[in-house]
Amino acid sequence: MAIIEAKDLRKVYGGKPAVDGVSFEVEEGEIFGVLGPNGAGKTTTVECIEGLRTPDAGEVRVSGLDPVTDRDEVMQLLGAQLQESQLQQKLTVREALELYTAFYRAPADWRALVERLDLAEQLDTRFAKLSGGQKQRLFIALALVGNPSVVVLDELTTGLDPRGRRDTWSLIESVRDSGVTVLLVTHFMEEAQRLCDRVAVIDSGRVVALDTPDGLVRQSASSTVVSFTPSPALDDLELRALPEVGAVTERRGRVTLTGSDETVNALVRLLAAREVSAERLRIEDATLDDAFLDLTAAEEDAAEPAAQPTAPRSGDAQAVR
Amino acid sequence: MAATRTTPPTPTAPTGAPASALSSSTAILRTEFRLFCREAGALFWILAFPTLLLVVLGFIPEFRQPNEEMGGTRVIDLYVPVAVLLATITAGIQSMPTVLTGYRERGVLRRLRVTPARPASLLVAQLLLHGAAVLVSGAVALTVGRLVYDVPLPQQPFGYAVAFVLATFASLAIGTLISAFSRTTKISGVIGTVVFFPMMFTSGVWLPVQAMPDVVRNIVEWTPLGAASQALDAAAGGSWPAWLDLLVTAVWGVVVVAGAARWFRWE
Repeated sequence: MAIIEAKDLRKVYGGKPAVDGVSFEVEEGEIFGVLGPNGAGKTTTVECIEGLRTPDAGEVRVSGLDPVTDRDEVMQLLGAQLQESQLQQKLTVREALELYTAFYRAPADWRALVERLDLAEQLDTRFAKLSGGQKQRLFIALALVGNPSVVVLDELTTGLDPRGRRDTWSLIESVRDSGVTVLLVTHFMEEAQRLCDRVAVIDSGRVVALDTPDGLVRQSASSTVVSFTPSPALDDLELRALPEVGAVTERRGRVTLTGSDETVNALVRLLAAREVSAERLRIEDATLDDAFLDLTAAEEDAAEPAAQPTAPRSGDAQAVR
Repeated sequence: MAATRTTPPTPTAPTGAPASALSSSTAILRTEFRLFCREAGALFWILAFPTLLLVVLGFIPEFRQPNEEMGGTRVIDLYVPVAVLLATITAGIQSMPTVLTGYRERGVLRRLRVTPARPASLLVAQLLLHGAAVLVSGAVALTVGRLVYDVPLPQQPFGYAVAFVLATFASLAIGTLISAFSRTTKISGVIGTVVFFPMMFTSGVWLPVQAMPDVVRNIVEWTPLGAASQALDAAAGGSWPAWLDLLVTAVWGVVVVAGAARWFRWE
């Protein structure tokens, strides 16, 4: 059963759609990722789910309830961590937990949360004196203190060091293992790949792909990454003409291109035909990172067909200006 | 680790009492009260400073002598209501807008919007606490005035209380309007300072309203605290304050609150 349903959400700011027809369903018990570049509409989308914004069109349901009209009920079962929100500067960790506990009908025991989130030493520390990681852990505790069925975590690990990020990841997994559905907004591919059961990739206010992380990599046109140092150099145009080729980049003589198995075969034939040797040739499976770039780049190209450099045709190029 | 899971609902209230809007609001009020007690600066300006000013002014011997020009009242008598009004200014104009704007700027209000509680509870808690602090400060000024300088307590206590409450209401209302217009605490600090001095003048800090030249007083009487000053003065002397004075202060408060409610943003 879907615990979160977003259907055809739209939200317009100043004439520009920030969210432009987003639909997805989050199943109970999964970690669902919302992935996308900055400004893609991720936060606006989850703000509609949290009831912070009323969508201009479309429908949101959390456990069958509307987060705006049934706010009181939805807030009892949804825990949230917001981007860039703080607490009262002189509030101690203990006071914050006690305060938030008082908001809920069936709260969790905050003492257990404190143990689990490693905040026991900081109970009497004021919010302003906490480190970045401690603040984030406190926000996770506050998101969980109401014993929610769903938690929404918005760029939770932004600003944490790699160690803190990894600790947070195992924490999120343990939250899911305790039966809570997690909606995770992130722009870290590694995070999405490691944690998420399914991912919605949002770009320019639309869902451009929705699948498991592995599925996204497979379904993207560029599931293979090839890198090599050609000697002598190869013509860029010839590389771009390879079948099913994705992005082609060259850095200090080293060429990296994405594509399918067919691209690799064609490349090998091309290298042989031109009698070019490929030094340190590496062929790897693409990561979610590559798939993401591919998915969001395809979107950009579709939106701005003129952005792709085309072979110059006499006179025409001038006329555009 | 495995032993500490969140799933089993473990209500902390022994009766499993449902968290109502009321219990959320009281929890917020209790928390804000604790935080208020940690603001030594605000506590000084609201609770101590007005009475301190009264005490210091009383050191001037002439202020303790009956003044013929003012019908035999002493200057120090006029400064007790000034101290009372000053407390409404330091609370409403200096302290509260910074707190409220800071709460919005830092996303404290926004965070509360994703809980069963409401950010309005935080606003109400701040209004109540600042209002209560002003009333305490007024009581301190009256008590110290009586004990140290023998200033008689208000002869018309009920009228005095009404005028005092209205003045507090008007000042706090102006404070909420300031934070409605201030995106950041920096801006609210600047607006607060700009408003602070005219408010002090109209409440009679430099020259008690009753000692002002007629022309000036006739203008000042139309300001929220100028009118309140006249009302407090009348009640101190034993008569019921002029309805017009009470009305002026009240209307200012209502209009300003309406503006604040219209323009205040939670984020």
